[in-house]
Amino acid sequence: MNGIVIAAIMIGAVGLFVGVFLGVASKVFAVPVDEKEVAVRELLPGANCGACGYAGCDALAAAIAKGEAPIAACVVGGAPVASQIGEVMGMTAEVGERKVAFVRCTGDCEKTTDTYDYSGPKSCAAVKFAPGGGSKSCRYGCTGFGDCVRACEFDAIHIVKGIAKVDEAKCKDCKKCIEACPKGMIIEVPAERASHIGCVNPDRGKPVMDNCKVGCISCQKCVRTCENGAITMVGGFPVIDYSKCDDCGKCKEGCPRKCII
Amino acid sequence: MELIMLAITAALINNVVLSQFLGICSFLGVSGKTDTAVGMGGALTFVLTLSSIVCGILYNYILAPLGLDYLKTIVFILIVAALVQFVEMFMKKFMKSMYSALGIYLPLITTNCAVLGVATLNVQNGYNVFTGAVYGLATAIGFLIAIVILSFIREKMVYNDIPKPFQGFPIVMISSALMSIAFFGFASFK
Repeated sequence: MNGIVIAAIMIGAVGLFVGVFLGVASKVFAVPVDEKEVAVRELLPGANCGACGYAGCDALAAAIAKGEAPIAACVVGGAPVASQIGEVMGMTAEVGERKVAFVRCTGDCEKTTDTYDYSGPKSCAAVKFAPGGGSKSCRYGCTGFGDCVRACEFDAIHIVKGIAKVDEAKCKDCKKCIEACPKGMIIEVPAERASHIGCVNPDRGKPVMDNCKVGCISCQKCVRTCENGAITMVGGFPVIDYSKCDDCGKCKEGCPRKCII
Repeated sequence: MELIMLAITAALINNVVLSQFLGICSFLGVSGKTDTAVGMGGALTFVLTLSSIVCGILYNYILAPLGLDYLKTIVFILIVAALVQFVEMFMKKFMKSMYSALGIYLPLITTNCAVLGVATLNVQNGYNVFTGAVYGLATAIGFLIAIVILSFIREKMVYNDIPKPFQGFPIVMISSALMSIAFFGFASFK
């Protein structure tokens, strides 16, 4: 009986000491928390995706509260979250054009062929080192092993008929897929525009035609067709400057290879 | 000299994870990426050294003289939990950069059996406070070595074509078992 009492007293004393010590310590070492930071943090989505360039939603909230980051910094929340944060911070949000990821390849498994049976690891990062950059007839195109699909936290990118396809409604423009793609196939484009160049093959003419039914043959017809001079050849394939593009769609109609989508 | 031998024994020969099988949960849980593994190892080094000292003082100067030997486990648990909380508060206030690097791993350490294990082993082996602190530090370095090596292996393993039944956790268990066998090679230094 005596032993139990002593044990209880001893543990109680240690517990009391620890409790009082921690209580005092929490007052002494209290770090003042910015009220704005807490309010901003609650408005942020909490996905911790890192698309804003900060370590997570907590870090971004701290940066916004200090005024180091713009109130529209959260790409996932977009305009609705930016306006709510604007209310907290007493600022109005400048709403930019919504952007989405875009895979620059239209050569799905119906348009291209397999040159051999590939049985290695099912990862784009690994297939890059296989002979010819993988078994796909076009060495420049999307290999369709889905590193981008695994990177996406919003279920917005899928492999459709052997190539990656972005679901524009779900895409939050977090840029994770852009980083994940070992070939740099994915870029961000304005969501509302109708014309995007869907091929990055820098070769010309026959070798392209042999390997893909929709590959860009570098004929430069789109460059000549565009009235605004928005399309230029960069590294052997056309690239659209969206600031000049007026969305007329003439490049799309004129493309003999139908690789502008 | 004896202390150096003790440190090498604790870090390599009697590695806390690979031959004493303590602290396995964080060893397997946080070893996916090298930078998180280093963070966890660093946080554990910090806490384990401190807790060895505090538990050593408490045991040698309070529990042992009062004959309350049998209470050591429960008291050590209390002390370790409180210590981790205190360290977290202290770092948040005075070492902001260290807190942002190690902060998220600190709560994980509260329940890490390696911390309690070392405190108990210090008592079992009859170490004084200073020897206990050296033993704690060396043990934590052993943990750091083991978790960083496993994280290297796991980062490479991502690119391998692992058979379906072994994917995920099983292959990590097998890898750490093989590491454990490799570490038994250090026993020849004894």
